[in-house]
Amino acid sequence: MSQPTAGLRYAYYPGCSLEAMAREYDQSVRAVCARLGIELSELPDWSCCGASSGHSTSRWLACTLAGRNLVLAEGMKLDIAVACPACYVRLRNAHHEMQRDNRLREELSSVMAVPYRAEYSTRHLLDIICHDVGLENLKNKVVKPLQGLKLAAYYGCYLVRPPELVAFDDPENPQCLDTLLDTLGAEVRDWSGKVDCCGGSLSLSKREIASHLVAELVEMAGRAGAEAMVTACPLCHANLEMRQTGADGDKLPVFYFTELIGLALGIAEARAWLGKHLISPSGLLASHGL
Amino acid sequence: MQYISKEGALTIDARFGAQVKEESGAEIDRCYQCLTCSLGCPSAFAMDYLPHQIVRMVQLGLREQVLTSSAIWVCADCQACATRCPNEVDLVKIMDVLREISLRNEMVKERAVADFHRIFLGNIRQWGRQHELSLILRLKLKTRDLFSDLRPGVKMLMKGKLKLLPARFKAIKSVRDIFQRAER
Ligand code: SF4
Ligand code: SF4
Repeated sequence: MSQPTAGLRYAYYPGCSLEAMAREYDQSVRAVCARLGIELSELPDWSCCGASSGHSTSRWLACTLAGRNLVLAEGMKLDIAVACPACYVRLRNAHHEMQRDNRLREELSSVMAVPYRAEYSTRHLLDIICHDVGLENLKNKVVKPLQGLKLAAYYGCYLVRPPELVAFDDPENPQCLDTLLDTLGAEVRDWSGKVDCCGGSLSLSKREIASHLVAELVEMAGRAGAEAMVTACPLCHANLEMRQTGADGDKLPVFYFTELIGLALGIAEARAWLGKHLISPSGLLASHGL
Repeated sequence: MQYISKEGALTIDARFGAQVKEESGAEIDRCYQCLTCSLGCPSAFAMDYLPHQIVRMVQLGLREQVLTSSAIWVCADCQACATRCPNEVDLVKIMDVLREISLRNEMVKERAVADFHRIFLGNIRQWGRQHELSLILRLKLKTRDLFSDLRPGVKMLMKGKLKLLPARFKAIKSVRDIFQRAER
């Protein structure tokens, strides 16, 4: 039975990447959510979660930079919906730390000049679409099944780790993205790289490590018969696109999961999102009549 | 305390293990050197000491070797080690604290990574949100690496994937307050 999807409202936290490098992710998220009946109200005056640089250098900064946004969402009396898994894990971590550390929570309250209770939670959009909207509902809206498209679902790190913070799927062999792509009609390939790290956090500062890890992933996905990879992470997307070597025609395109939902739901702007990719997927899509 | 090994004189700081344990909250003593962390570590191939060796060295008080290692900086922050450790030794928190102490004491081996973090946070302090183009350009100037990634960089600019100007951000004061308090 399909569930009604009315009443899904969230404070939307785009995160910095979605304002620039991953603009197509932001556009596809907004369009797909509108179509699926998820109401996103952008968190006004949201700020950067601190990302890896915050927690790599200071626990206080990591908790308060991310926590600032939790305070804003609590003011709206809404759970947060987030698209970037790196932001997701930082916001969930701050929430967890604030719940167990009263002093930290009081300090944050004093910076923000409002009491903070750590009552609202942060959800990833993949989780929301799979579990709140439900795949049955999604399936009913598919008008253009992604028939024949062979895909490797790539989860990376922060959707599944650390499991005590982000557990909406299995940390070693997650399934929700695979099932979602299957629902869209694609041919999902099983492979062993789905939770391996692409080295995205070192993409700019230790390029050789990122290139090595990307090459391994692309090789693995290719061997599993995938023609493209699918991610829910702007950092993985940028890293997988930028750090692939070889001739342009040999590179594996990388999709955001929301772009593929958009294509399957027949959302017209989907072509424009895909036009922003560094590795063009248009030849691949055309070869499947998509 | 000093003792002599094949590699020469090693200085042992007996309080180091306790300090890392306290700052990270990780149960360092539980490690039984099973190597699970190192076997799954994506950066292991580029490390001077492997993650399980870092834990052992912290236990032994090899403060200087640990804090000047490249391992703590080439860690990709993937969380696999802490997720898989059978003894729930939180290596991610240990790595965080080691980087923090290494920065505080100016013992950083991998300058480019530390520079990246500094510039990243500096930009947040300035604008409240990250501005990717400034991050890339500032890192390039700092590391004097001007010519790598020009091709994808130009392509991104042409596709409008790099914003020229940082986002305007009204409530920046609370972000700056956070940074000011961090310095105290
Ligand atoms: S996985 Fe845990 S117990 Fe095993 S070596 Fe690593 S830290 Fe020690
Ligand atoms: S978090 Fe760092 S040390 Fe742990 S497995 Fe990942 S890269 Fe290796």
